[in-house]
Amino acid sequence: MTGAATVAARVQDPELPLLTLADLGILRGVEEHDGRVVVTITPTYSGCPALRTIRDDLGSALQTAGYRDVEVRVALTPAWTTDWITPAGRDKLAAAGISPPGPVPRRASGPVPLTLDPVRPEVRCPHCGHPDTEQLSPFGATACRSLHRCPACREPFEHVKEI
Amino acid sequence: MPEEPGSAYDALTDHEDDARWAYGTGFTDPLAGVSSAVPGGADREALTTYCLMLGDDALIMSHRLQEWVTRAPEIEDELALANIALDLLGQARLLLGRAAEVEDAGRDEDSLAYGREAGEFRNVCLAEPADADFAHLMARLLAFATWRLALLDRLSASADPVLAAIAAKGVKEVTYHRDYAARWVVRLGDGTDLSHQRMQAAMTAVATQTGELFAVHPVEQAMAAAGFGVDPAQLRPEFATVWSQVLDAATLEAPADPAVGVGEGRDGRHTAALSGILDELQSVARSTPGGVW
Repeated sequence: MTGAATVAARVQDPELPLLTLADLGILRGVEEHDGRVVVTITPTYSGCPALRTIRDDLGSALQTAGYRDVEVRVALTPAWTTDWITPAGRDKLAAAGISPPGPVPRRASGPVPLTLDPVRPEVRCPHCGHPDTEQLSPFGATACRSLHRCPACREPFEHVKEI
Repeated sequence: MPEEPGSAYDALTDHEDDARWAYGTGFTDPLAGVSSAVPGGADREALTTYCLMLGDDALIMSHRLQEWVTRAPEIEDELALANIALDLLGQARLLLGRAAEVEDAGRDEDSLAYGREAGEFRNVCLAEPADADFAHLMARLLAFATWRLALLDRLSASADPVLAAIAAKGVKEVTYHRDYAARWVVRLGDGTDLSHQRMQAAMTAVATQTGELFAVHPVEQAMAAAGFGVDPAQLRPEFATVWSQVLDAATLEAPADPAVGVGEGRDGRHTAALSGILDELQSVARSTPGGVW
């Protein structure tokens, strides 16, 4: 990794500051040519309000590190998936009491299937480790998290939902 | 920054950027850094209108959903409705931004959202009504999300790479919206006598408003033929399959299939409800043109 890539990879996500942009998988590329740095990021969700802050944070981190000429580009494709959250990122989420996402189910060809029963993917309680928890709502405090409850320790917790 | 005695607030303003005062509001260009090239041979006027159609659908539906925040039955649903509204607002911004790029006439997402009259909006009328109750909202969201998911899924193969990318991202989001609405329809339909009765009334009422979704506007026809857009008539079988799957699980009776209507909203002919939405949506921008904070 080049110097600029190391600096960019360490910038924190503003909504989940326990994760870096690299942990979250939204840092798609850092190129350095003759002192000019081009960073490519991708939004988690279309309405992600953090994107501007992420751009600003990347710009100021790189400028502080001595890179004067920085451009931050947004790539919409391929669309972000929780599969890009790194193993280190998953460990940090679990350590913070947020259940990390499972693998995104592979979609068969044809129409997107309707899921009428609230899915019970194996969301393990991040507090006590109980394997079978209950989803309270597929939407949480931010678009990327769902709300769950553990029947064993009775604690509520958040889960980064598969997308 | 100079330290002056008595200016205790200076530290708070030692920042040229307002982002920390209004988190998220300073985000001015959702397409920044995305290639703005328009594929050669594209009919720019038709492609602009097509982007407006899909963007306006999302913008107006998002506004109606936002009105439910603080009025939903449970706090989990407040969060769900706000998140769904935010996803649609994000899609609207990308699509209006793309419309402005393709049009290349000096307008931007803000002037398109805040500067147009009702007759210039191209959204389907299904996005407009104020919901009589939560059952109506869920029936309408189910219809809207089912139709939009089928549309975006096909649009992800668009010959316009920007539309294709916006659509592919939207598919993931709207999948959650449709599941959410469908589960509520089942919960209420297969619930108490009263909830069943009200959910049935809502599905019957909303079904009459879905004919317009499958009407083919000349712009949609041209864009589908050119490989940029989707022919809405093709969405009907998928819509019907999902709709009956939900009705069965909800023990509700299937309302009569509506005739394919004329695409009035796509032509700028709207219900009176849209004026009310725009009065609120555009009030600040109209009273303070070009204002920033």
